[in-house]
Amino acid sequence: MDIPVTVIGGYLGAGKTTLVNHLLRHNEGQRLAVLVNEFGELPIDADLIEAEEDGLVSISGGCVCCAYGSDLIGALDDLKAMVPRPDHVLIEASGVALPGAIATTVGLVQGLRADAILVLADADQVQANAANSYLSDTIDRQLAQADILLLTKPDLACDLAAVTDWLRAKAPRARIIPADHGQVPISAVLGALPLPARGHRPDAGAHGLFASHVLRPDGPVDAQALARALAEDPTITRAKGFVTGPTGPDLIHVVGRRHDVEPAATGHETGVVCIGFKGDLRPEALEALLAECVAPA
Amino acid sequence: MQTTIYSAKKIITMNPNQPVVSHVAVRDGKILGAGSLSDLTGWGPHVVDDRFADKVLMPGLIEGHAHTMEGALWSFTYVGWFDRMDPDGKVWDGVKTVDDVVARLSEIEAGMEDPDAPLLGWGFDPIYMDNVRMTRADLDRVSATRPVGIMHASGHILNVNSRGLELAGMLREGHNHPGIPLGPDGLPTGELKSPEVFTPVGKHVGMDRAFLAADPQGLRNYGKLCVRAGVTTSSDLGQQLTDALVDMFLSVTEEETYPVCIVAFRINFGIAPKELVAYTAGLKSRSTQRLELGKIKVVADGSIQGFSARLRWPGYYNGAENGLWYVAPDQLAEIYALALKAGVQVHTHTNGDEATQLTIDTLEAALRETPDPDHRFTLQHCQLADAAQFRKMGKMGMCANLFANHHYYWGDEHYALTVGPERAERMNATRTALQMGVELAIHSDAPVTPLGPLFTAWGAVNRLTASGRVQGEGEKISVEQALYAITLGAAITMKMDDRIGSIEVGKRADFAVLEDDPYAVAPETLKDVGIWGTVQGGRIFAASDL
Repeated sequence: MDIPVTVIGGYLGAGKTTLVNHLLRHNEGQRLAVLVNEFGELPIDADLIEAEEDGLVSISGGCVCCAYGSDLIGALDDLKAMVPRPDHVLIEASGVALPGAIATTVGLVQGLRADAILVLADADQVQANAANSYLSDTIDRQLAQADILLLTKPDLACDLAAVTDWLRAKAPRARIIPADHGQVPISAVLGALPLPARGHRPDAGAHGLFASHVLRPDGPVDAQALARALAEDPTITRAKGFVTGPTGPDLIHVVGRRHDVEPAATGHETGVVCIGFKGDLRPEALEALLAECVAPA
Repeated sequence: MQTTIYSAKKIITMNPNQPVVSHVAVRDGKILGAGSLSDLTGWGPHVVDDRFADKVLMPGLIEGHAHTMEGALWSFTYVGWFDRMDPDGKVWDGVKTVDDVVARLSEIEAGMEDPDAPLLGWGFDPIYMDNVRMTRADLDRVSATRPVGIMHASGHILNVNSRGLELAGMLREGHNHPGIPLGPDGLPTGELKSPEVFTPVGKHVGMDRAFLAADPQGLRNYGKLCVRAGVTTSSDLGQQLTDALVDMFLSVTEEETYPVCIVAFRINFGIAPKELVAYTAGLKSRSTQRLELGKIKVVADGSIQGFSARLRWPGYYNGAENGLWYVAPDQLAEIYALALKAGVQVHTHTNGDEATQLTIDTLEAALRETPDPDHRFTLQHCQLADAAQFRKMGKMGMCANLFANHHYYWGDEHYALTVGPERAERMNATRTALQMGVELAIHSDAPVTPLGPLFTAWGAVNRLTASGRVQGEGEKISVEQALYAITLGAAITMKMDDRIGSIEVGKRADFAVLEDDPYAVAPETLKDVGIWGTVQGGRIFAASDL
């Protein structure tokens, strides 16, 4: 199985570092590897750091962090060679980088899978930044590339609804999630898979905003069709899980409108964890979607 | 304490008080005096050395924007359109067809021992071949079993053979990216357009970590190229300097026969502004005779021919989307503010005029906070700046190092495709810059174009494109102004004019030793003036002895 890689974009001050620290702190048993653009003041909260050696920071829970500078490919090769392998890689892009370009590169690296592009927008600052003539097209391009748009510092916005509407027009592909101080459940942004070996199960319900529903198909399904249908359903932020596809077990990934299906090994419990906003997510509608994707016998 | 007085056919000093002299006295690697023999004998015991009696001496030429990587590239195979000289003085003929490229690589391939080792060519320039598209089938003729790659001169396209694609896991159907053209079989053609699609493949064809890193042999090779070009001081404009890399630079440049002073700038990549400024400020005290440290290079935008430069309205002539910022405007502001406080000089790469405007605006604000009457912050390339921008730069005390070689190598493309006729004519506006009081250097950006300040001066004087068209008659400068730009002008932009750039008492004994008088030859042949070698810090380097 390829290692999923999530690219985190957004202009300076949008809260990328805060988000990364929140995810490291609440890693739900996943070994996260974080690549940051630049060396300098350590972006990781001091209490999370266990050791630092040769530019590689070891973080509690088996997570790591290092800077990639201008050699992203080399840094990714190093992560791929780690034992044990990271479960998920997060790349924190520079403030003016286009995250789509980084995701393209990652998608071409063997052993890695570009999982999703998260773009952070500071509810209070994003419109001012987008009005700056030097920055406007860069901000627009960043937002338009998002699969998930995290709206940070919502408490500082004078009119949150107006900002959200504005963002929706700028980022039509994205699911928009408010994230106060980076606080979103890891399952909503990085996806969730049961990891029983490490004694943990995803728990989207622990966060007030989200609900989850697990689809458990009885027999074979058209995995591509199911992934596509889930991606097109606006109530779903994330979906991930194993199904029995037309030729064997498949792993489905859905992030916003992006979807992916990869062949999987046998022996996994069948089930797709769907995560969406509480109130929006309607289990019966998801079951109906599934019913339409059951493979003809 | 030996004093040597050199005679020469002519000594061009760049000192306005005595622009031409016949003799120069050297003691302890420094210039004891310039003048007539009788002016100099008063210094006491000396030897007169007539070895340069039939040569013309100039101040050692100064390359204000190049990369020592030019020296390392010659470990790979040159397949460019133009003839180019390697560090050992061999001139590689320009290749004119895809078949020529294949033939040259095949010849190298035949001599390779390790059957799995990658073979990398560089400098391929299909814009001179009616934009012919090279495919993996072409490179498969070089080898079907060894990974083969060719980096284009623009730096924006990599061609690879089937084996290269296969090793990278890309020889498959289903690619959906404009940078990965597909053949009728649904497989990639082998042309990989843009860094985001070729970087994952690069390491399989030889562009691995070792390729990216500076190495001692490459640095030595670069020194040889400098001697052949008459260069005694060269910037290395942008290294991710670490203590280990600084140690390597120190040990190589301290070698007794290392022939050039390297000015190594710390690039802003991969390090936060605070650490960048603090680290670079700390490097200053490690400077030696032949390694100048303590300056910062910031990259603000991309390149014009790669459509990644930031342009003001109306943008690219062919309608391409505006380019990319390589530094966040707020980070640029932070770097400038901290550097001014720390007294660290910053050179900023700007190609597009929007990037130039951002640096002007940003520096103006920073100077209001931290005034510095002699900051000499320099814009590198600064290719599209207009008169108003140069006027502002002049008034603010900014310097410019313009890319005079670009007219020749990409001028026709700029005219037809990237910026259109009007802005192409005013690109690298050397005359306007001087008129507006901007201290001026001109450069090659080697390895982007070959190292050779006399060629660069020729470019600024004649403004000819490769097709032979004059581009920007009104921006031509005189031979004298151009020679100043490649000596004292460049020294001024690096704040080294107290030590180098002219032949006068107290400065380092750095000379370019020429076969002809650059003032006497026709301006259109300035690039062809023969170079015998150099004198650097009083040490003599003949190109023929390298």
